[in-house]
Amino acid sequence: MNKFAMSGRRIAHIRGEKMSAYFDLSEEERLIQQTARDFADSEVAPMAAENDANGQFPRGLVEKLAKLGFMGMLIPEQYGGSNAGNFALVLALEEINRACASTGVTMSVHNSLASSPIVGFANEETKKKYLPKMAKGELLGAYALSEASAGSDAASLQARAVKDGNEYVLNGTKSWITSGAEADLFVVMLRTDPSERAKGISAFAVERDTNGFSVGKKENKLGLRASSTVQLIFEDARVPAENMLGSEGEGFKIAMWTLDGGRIGIGTQAVGIAQACLDASVSYAKEREQFGKLIGEFQAIQWKIADMAMNIEAARLMIYRAARLRDRKEPHTKEAAMAKLFASEMANRAAREAVQIYGGAGYLKDSSVERYFRDVRITEIYEGTSEIHRIVISRFLLKN
Amino acid sequence: MKIGVLVKNVPDTETKIRLTADKQGIETQGVKYVMNTYDEFAVEEALKIRERLQDGTTVTAITLGPERVVETLRTALAMGADEAIHVDDPAFEGGDSLTNARIIARVVEPMGLDLILGGKQGIDYDAAQTCSALAEALGTAQALIAVELKWSEDNQSLEVRRRIEGGDEIVHVKLPAVISCEKGLNEPRYASLPGIMKAKKKEIKKVDLTGVGLDSAEVGASGSATRVVGYSPLSERPECRILEGEPVEIVKELVRALREDAKVL
Ligand SMILES: Cc1cc2nc3c(=O)[nH]c(=O)nc-3n(C[C@H](O)[C@H](O)[C@H](O)COP(=O)(O)OP(=O)(O)OC[C@H]3O[C@@H](n4cnc5c(N)ncnc54)[C@H](O)[C@@H]3O)c2cc1C
Repeated sequence: MNKFAMSGRRIAHIRGEKMSAYFDLSEEERLIQQTARDFADSEVAPMAAENDANGQFPRGLVEKLAKLGFMGMLIPEQYGGSNAGNFALVLALEEINRACASTGVTMSVHNSLASSPIVGFANEETKKKYLPKMAKGELLGAYALSEASAGSDAASLQARAVKDGNEYVLNGTKSWITSGAEADLFVVMLRTDPSERAKGISAFAVERDTNGFSVGKKENKLGLRASSTVQLIFEDARVPAENMLGSEGEGFKIAMWTLDGGRIGIGTQAVGIAQACLDASVSYAKEREQFGKLIGEFQAIQWKIADMAMNIEAARLMIYRAARLRDRKEPHTKEAAMAKLFASEMANRAAREAVQIYGGAGYLKDSSVERYFRDVRITEIYEGTSEIHRIVISRFLLKN
Repeated sequence: MKIGVLVKNVPDTETKIRLTADKQGIETQGVKYVMNTYDEFAVEEALKIRERLQDGTTVTAITLGPERVVETLRTALAMGADEAIHVDDPAFEGGDSLTNARIIARVVEPMGLDLILGGKQGIDYDAAQTCSALAEALGTAQALIAVELKWSEDNQSLEVRRRIEGGDEIVHVKLPAVISCEKGLNEPRYASLPGIMKAKKKEIKKVDLTGVGLDSAEVGASGSATRVVGYSPLSERPECRILEGEPVEIVKELVRALREDAKVL
């Protein structure tokens, strides 16, 4: 019964059935997953290689994602969002990342790192001003914590915000900001008190067309080439005081709370890319012949595929659990760190093995696994390196 | 306008279909079900009509089948349907298209629908009978395999462009009518997140044997005029040969193979 080439929309994966079998998904969660899967297969995947090659940011896709409600998943209904929650977000993100990691990170950053702290900490006016537009995808969000000399040690950030009447005056430079070239609204962490470290940091929502704010150089990267990574430059940029999230000195706490959610999204990105690696590996193993046999008949290849599938499943369950905990507002910092760390490392192994299974063909730009291999590398670095996550996890185990 | 949409829950085309040991049915274990593709066109068309009219038009999705088919009603609600009716009773099991159409007719009769849309066929059993049988049972007009609907000014009649062998046929249809939908009629929308969240809160109305007011002998396997005796899978396609080498040699070999092996020349 293969009439389905027809609409191109319902190229559903049998995989989804297994997934819901081992982890109970509600009816609407399955629908969300199905919509994301259909959309990823028919609208995202076909453009992924081209966007990667051109370094093209998929803004058109963002508008389409917003139309489906995927840009307001953590925004309450009263502000125009769908309030679907972190678990639903994870279901959708896996599918989008399976098709294109650049689109995936754009969606993840917008939902988890930009809209979520505004929902959690902005005052009512600010929420009303930004959230409905964010849910519609009219405002694309970004998150700016890192600086050239403050990466893992984010609390050492130097960019300043100095109060002047009803405004703050911003000066300094942020580095590595995802979606920065296109984003309209930035959640920015700035130092309001130089005599303190983490406690001297405050968070602000900053609009793109603020005077004195500009976007600097666009980085040339190994992977995620369709997602922009830029510097943000503040030169006496003035932001209204009401754009502060939380109160003065709470910025670092807000930033870390936000990252707990973001990390679940990056772990999900890793799972999505790994799943794409597995799907590609399985189909290649069933089609490539050497020594008169399909390579999938060699045990060496079978074991790689079995390991990939097993690790993906484990990572996915860790992600699901962390997302459920976050939705229930239960502690999840350790679980999010574990899920992100495990998922990103297993996904890097999966991508490495996928290239191996493809042999020479996997080293060519023509193969999708070549892109997966490049895209997946970042998952071990951003939103906390693997080393930092091991520190976070061990701290929970060793304190007292 | 009151619009009903017939939707069916069918195995996903990607699913490998296996027959049960007695060859009397398909193995349902591990099968993933989705909304019949052609029904997506029907739902989309109904929603488009509602959006165009903006006059309180309602869209009701209707399905007949066991518990699992509720998921397809949810999909229809998530796409934007206003209401959903699940027609289900153990007695309905094993009914053929005609019997099922009679049951659906009983359900929709009291609703006073102006228009009923459905897919041109179910991609599972490919019978393509439900819509015509339903129109027959209701005594309404029918137009099958529609690729375009053009409405009259008063929205009481329409021109349906039907895809037929080698071309199209345009028929004028007066409401009430049953129309079955073909690919090309529209581009079905996705179930959006807000739609999915809203669908979750909508109630699905259940109708059983008593509700349709039929006798158990008139429905299901016992009420059917046809009975499936068995299924058999298609024979495997013979293996495909790919010729390699210089074009001149390939052509020589191809001609030889067509003459001697396939004996078609
Ligand atoms: C593509 C991309 C997108 C990004 N997007 C964003 C964004 O949107 N917003 C944002 O704010 N930032 C973003 N970042 C920044 C990213 O989060 C940082 O690169 C990351 O946190 C690591 O910081 P660093 O690069 O300064 O590395 P460093 O902190 O200099 O680390 C170098 C090495 O030292 C290790 N190391 C550091 N400290 C320790 C320690 N205490 N113990 C053991 N090992 C240690 C690290 O693990 C790493 O291996 C992005 C980066 C990239 C590459």
